Amino acid sequence: MDKIVASDVVWVLISTALVMMMTPMLAFFYGGLVRKKNVLSVLMQCMVILCLVSVQWILYGYSISFGPDKGGLIGGLDWLGLAGVGIEPHDTYFNTVPHQLFMAFQMMFAVITPALIIGAFVERIKFSGFLPFTLLWATLVYDPLAHWVWAKDGWLASMGALDFAGGTVIHINAGVAALVFILMLGKRQGGERHYAPHNLPFAVLGAGMLWFGWFGFNAGSAGAAGGLAVSAFINTNTAAAAAGLTWMLLDWAMNKVPTMLGVATGLVAGLVAVTPAAGYVTPLSALVIGALAGIVCFLFVTKVKAKFGYDDSLDVFGVHGIGGIVGALATGLFATKGINAAGNDGLFYGNANQLLVQFITTVVAIGYSAVMTAILFKIVDKLVGMRVEQRDENIGLDLTQHGETGYTLHE
Amino acid sequence: MKYIIAIIKPHRLEEVLSELDREEIYLKTVSEVLGCGRQKGITEVYRGVKEVGNLLRKVKLEIAVNDEYAERTVAAIKRGAREGEIGDGKIFMLDLKDCIRIRTDERGKEAIG
Repeated sequence: MDKIVASDVVWVLISTALVMMMTPMLAFFYGGLVRKKNVLSVLMQCMVILCLVSVQWILYGYSISFGPDKGGLIGGLDWLGLAGVGIEPHDTYFNTVPHQLFMAFQMMFAVITPALIIGAFVERIKFSGFLPFTLLWATLVYDPLAHWVWAKDGWLASMGALDFAGGTVIHINAGVAALVFILMLGKRQGGERHYAPHNLPFAVLGAGMLWFGWFGFNAGSAGAAGGLAVSAFINTNTAAAAAGLTWMLLDWAMNKVPTMLGVATGLVAGLVAVTPAAGYVTPLSALVIGALAGIVCFLFVTKVKAKFGYDDSLDVFGVHGIGGIVGALATGLFATKGINAAGNDGLFYGNANQLLVQFITTVVAIGYSAVMTAILFKIVDKLVGMRVEQRDENIGLDLTQHGETGYTLHE
Repeated sequence: MKYIIAIIKPHRLEEVLSELDREEIYLKTVSEVLGCGRQKGITEVYRGVKEVGNLLRKVKLEIAVNDEYAERTVAAIKRGAREGEIGDGKIFMLDLKDCIRIRTDERGKEAIG
C-alpha cells in the first residue's frame, strides 16, 4: 500500500480547486465576447455544466473513464457511485494522494471539456437541446477518450501516447466537436453584420484567470508537489507568454494595431498548446511551442475561418482544436526524458517513433470526436431540437431561454 | 423636410435597419430607451423586458429626411417593425424647420443629404 504524502495532497487539492475555477472563468471569457442579450445564457451553460458533470462523474463518469479496464476501450462499472474509491491511494493514479482526490481532480477536467464547446454554439442554441447533448457527449465522447489516453491499460496509453494534461482528450476533442457542431447548427442570424464583443474587460478577466487556473491544470497534473510540477508550471507560463506576444506582433503587422482581444486569444492558444507537453519539455521548447501556437492559431482564426466562412463564434476550433493539434504534435518533437523519466524522447531527441504515436493519437481523437459529435447532434436535434426559432434568436437567449436579462438600462 | 421618430421593439432593430438600407436611407440615430404605451406595459412573456415599474425596453430611431423620402422611410420602418402585436411601436413625423451641417455650414436640403 502506498503512503499518503501530505505535501502532495495539499498541492493536488489546491490544483483541483484551481481547475474548478477555470469553468466559471471560461464563462466570463466567453460571456464577454457575445452580445449583451446572450451573456446570461453563456454563464448559465458553463455553470450548469459544472453542476451536471460533477454529478455524472460521481455516479458513473469516473467509473467508465478510469475504472478497471475492459479491453483498453472503456472502464468497468466497478466504481459506480465511487464504490471502492476511497481515501487509500490507488497504485497507479497519483499514488501518494487519496484515490478520491485523483477522482476529484479528474472531475474538473471532465467539467471544463464540454464547457469549452459552448463557444461554438453561443447565441443560437436551445437550452433544452444543450442539456441532453452535454450529458450524452460527456458520457460517450469524453469518458471513453479519457480512458484511452489516461487510464491504466487504455489502448492509446499502452501505445505510448504522451498527453501530460489533456491536449488530446480535452482540447483537440472539444475543438473538433465544436467544428462539427458549427457546421451542423449553421451560422448565427445576421452573420454578415459585425457584432462587437459586448464586454471585453470580462473576456480579459476570464483569460487572465484561465492562465492562473492553468497552473492547477498543468502543474497539478504532475500529481505531486515536486520538481515535475515546477517544470510544468514554468512551461505553462512560458508558452502562454510567448503565444500572447506572438499574436500581438502578428496582429500589429497584419491589422495595423495590437489588440487586447488578440493578446487574450493568443495567450489561451499558448496555454492550450503547452498542455500536452507541459511535463515533458524544457522551458525553451515551451517557448517555441507557445510561439508556434500563436502563429498557427492566428492564421486559422483570421485567415482560414474567413476563407471558409464557418461561424466559429468564439474560435473554439481555431484556438483549442488547432492549438491542441499543435501541442500534441510538438510533444512528439520536443519531449525529453531529461525532464521526465516517465515520459519519452521526441524526434529532436532521437526518437522519431514518438512523433508517429502522437500523430496516430491526434488522428484517433479527431476522428472519434467528429463522428460521435455528429451522431449525438443528429439524435438530440431529432428529439428536442438544437436551434432556437429565428425570433427567439433575435430577442436573445437570456430572455427567451431563461426569462432574465444581464443588464438594465437605467438604475 | 421631416423629422421621423420611431419607437420599436428592440429585437426588430436588425430588420428595420435592413429595410432602411434597402431604401437607401442611411442617416439615422439609434438609442435604447424605456417606455410604455396605452397598455401600460402589459406584456406576454418575451414581448419585452420590464425595468422600472411598467416601463419596457424599446429602441428609438430618429431620422431626418427630405420630403420625397418621408413616406418611403415610414414604409420601411413599418415593414421592419411590424409583428401585428401589441407593442409593435409608433412612428411620429414632424415638420423640420432647418438642418445645419456643422462642418460646412450648409443648411436645409443640402445639409440633410
